[in-house]
Amino acid sequence: MTDQSPFQRNPDPRDPAQALREVGREFARHGRAARWGLAVLLGLIAAVTSYAQIEPDEVGVILRLGRFTTTVDPGPHFRLPFGIDQIIKVPVQRQLKAEFGFRTDRAAERTTYAASDRDTSREAIMLTGDLNVAVVDWIVQYKIADPYKYLFKVKNVEAMLRDIAEASMRAVVGDHSVNEVLTTGRQQVADEAKLTLQALADRYETGVDIQQVVLQDVNPPDPVKPSFNAVNEAIQEKERAINEAYAELNRAVPRAKGEAQETLQAAEGYAIDRVNRAKGEADRFSSIHQEYAKAPDVTRRRLYLETVKQVLAKAGGKVISDESQRGVTPLLTMDRSSITPGVAADQRDRVPGRVEK
Amino acid sequence: MNTRTVILVGLALIAMLLWSGTYTLSENEQAVMTRFGEPRGNPVTSPGLHLKLPFADTVNRFDKRWLDWRGDPNQIPTKDKKYIWVDTFGRWRIVEPLRFFQRLRDERNAQSRLDDIIDGETRNAIASYPLIDAVRSSNRPFSDDEYMAKSEGDEAEEPVSIGRDKLTRLIRDRAAAVVREFGVELVDVQVRRINYVDEVQVKVFERMVSERQRIAERSRSEGMGRAAEIRGERERELKAIRSEAYRKAQETTGRADARAAAIYAEAFGKDVEFYQFLTTLEAYPTAIDGSTSLFLSTSSEFYRYLRSSEK
Repeated sequence: MTDQSPFQRNPDPRDPAQALREVGREFARHGRAARWGLAVLLGLIAAVTSYAQIEPDEVGVILRLGRFTTTVDPGPHFRLPFGIDQIIKVPVQRQLKAEFGFRTDRAAERTTYAASDRDTSREAIMLTGDLNVAVVDWIVQYKIADPYKYLFKVKNVEAMLRDIAEASMRAVVGDHSVNEVLTTGRQQVADEAKLTLQALADRYETGVDIQQVVLQDVNPPDPVKPSFNAVNEAIQEKERAINEAYAELNRAVPRAKGEAQETLQAAEGYAIDRVNRAKGEADRFSSIHQEYAKAPDVTRRRLYLETVKQVLAKAGGKVISDESQRGVTPLLTMDRSSITPGVAADQRDRVPGRVEK
Repeated sequence: MNTRTVILVGLALIAMLLWSGTYTLSENEQAVMTRFGEPRGNPVTSPGLHLKLPFADTVNRFDKRWLDWRGDPNQIPTKDKKYIWVDTFGRWRIVEPLRFFQRLRDERNAQSRLDDIIDGETRNAIASYPLIDAVRSSNRPFSDDEYMAKSEGDEAEEPVSIGRDKLTRLIRDRAAAVVREFGVELVDVQVRRINYVDEVQVKVFERMVSERQRIAERSRSEGMGRAAEIRGERERELKAIRSEAYRKAQETTGRADARAAAIYAEAFGKDVEFYQFLTTLEAYPTAIDGSTSLFLSTSSEFYRYLRSSEK
């Protein structure tokens, strides 16, 4: 009626007693020689069944006639022979691992859970809080913290751990959006799942200490994957568009600033030029005027005549008429039909710094 | 029959009595004693060596540990008419072995009764709440990017009214009340898996695809929008820089012109007539060149001596 846990490898206490009975009958049937043989055999059995060795990563749980007495540390140990004391070895130091949604090859051997292991992908598919679907592979690492509870409080501890691990992971994922589960909230999901799982493991008295819950692959379901990738591409595209716009901005603005500086400098230059010229011309005028004021008449005439002399020397055609001889048409040289414009506008007078678009 | 045989037979009898008059219980066991089928005394729950009446008493062992119950996945419609597979498991233990022995006899029977009861309660509970209550445990807001978040009016925005934990507790409470009469304590029922029924799943995938497309489009459009914004910013900045430069240049040149005007005015203002005379004279050489023809009269100041030398 009771199942043997995987750790109870020792024979049922009944069996050695049955052997004893056999031994008794043999004892009766045979003579003295057999008696000694039996004694030696009994001694040997006693010696073998009273020795136990606990490996470094284990502790031994001792049951005397089925009742728990104590746990013993690694090393050689004496126990009462003929199955009166049972020792169950529990690997408390070993880091144990359960995988969900996938199986590494090694782990395939301990399939006490074959019924639902058939389809590991069913373990991984879960609903998210926004009623989407995510495929989550994860592992749970645990240690046996309390061998007594681990052995005697729960039947099928391993199967139960798997159950509560699935339930707690789904509870946590069920409270996150698909986006959180896939990207930003991964660590949070793992942390919360660990807490939830530990709480459940404690409530069920599994005696197990959850070391870590690690999310492995977290993916959208296959049919939806391409569209998730499309979102990533779109995000990249968005970034690119923004970056390109910024690049344009960065290309244009410093150049414009430089050009603005150029304009300003040119204007400064014009200003200096203009003022200096004004000063120079004013000084020159003042100097001439000073001399002119001393002898206005002479100076005036001199200036006039000098200029006229210069001008007449340059002029192309000159016709001199005398008013007293009216009616005489002066003879013209008609080879100059065009009259050139006077003085060309001074280039420097143009306002500099017109901004070019 | 010699004495030795008698002794041996006697010893064998004693051994058999001892053997049949004792039994051991392991840490994970409890037992109900029956004498020729009639239950006797309280159930034995302490582990170790116990006495019984040889040959007459039978030890009926039961498990003392937490036992697991796993339901078959059930296809259940939720209140909002979504078909889902619900896969539950539970923990139970035998708290009254005698009653358990009388009503159910063994664990296999118990499992099948639990199947009936918990499956039924699960069905009732799931069917009376919308799907979101079976999935979420709280109304915790999602910390999604602003453009990842769902738009308004989506189904997931419905608030959770009781949530997963309370829902499973509801199932547990109802089923536990029923199974108590079997000497069974049902401590927990948990939802192990919830999945969409295949046809619904296809629809959900389609919805997810369209949702992603929407997000992708939105992202793309946001990118373009932002880029346009930046281009505008660039345009504004360029205009600002250039017009500012133009303004300053105008100011500078204007000031210089004004200054020059003041200087000229101050200098030339001393004798306006002389200024006009001088400037005009200075202009002649540049105004007249080889292509210029001049009509001159002898009455002009320069040529008057051609006519006469009188004063």
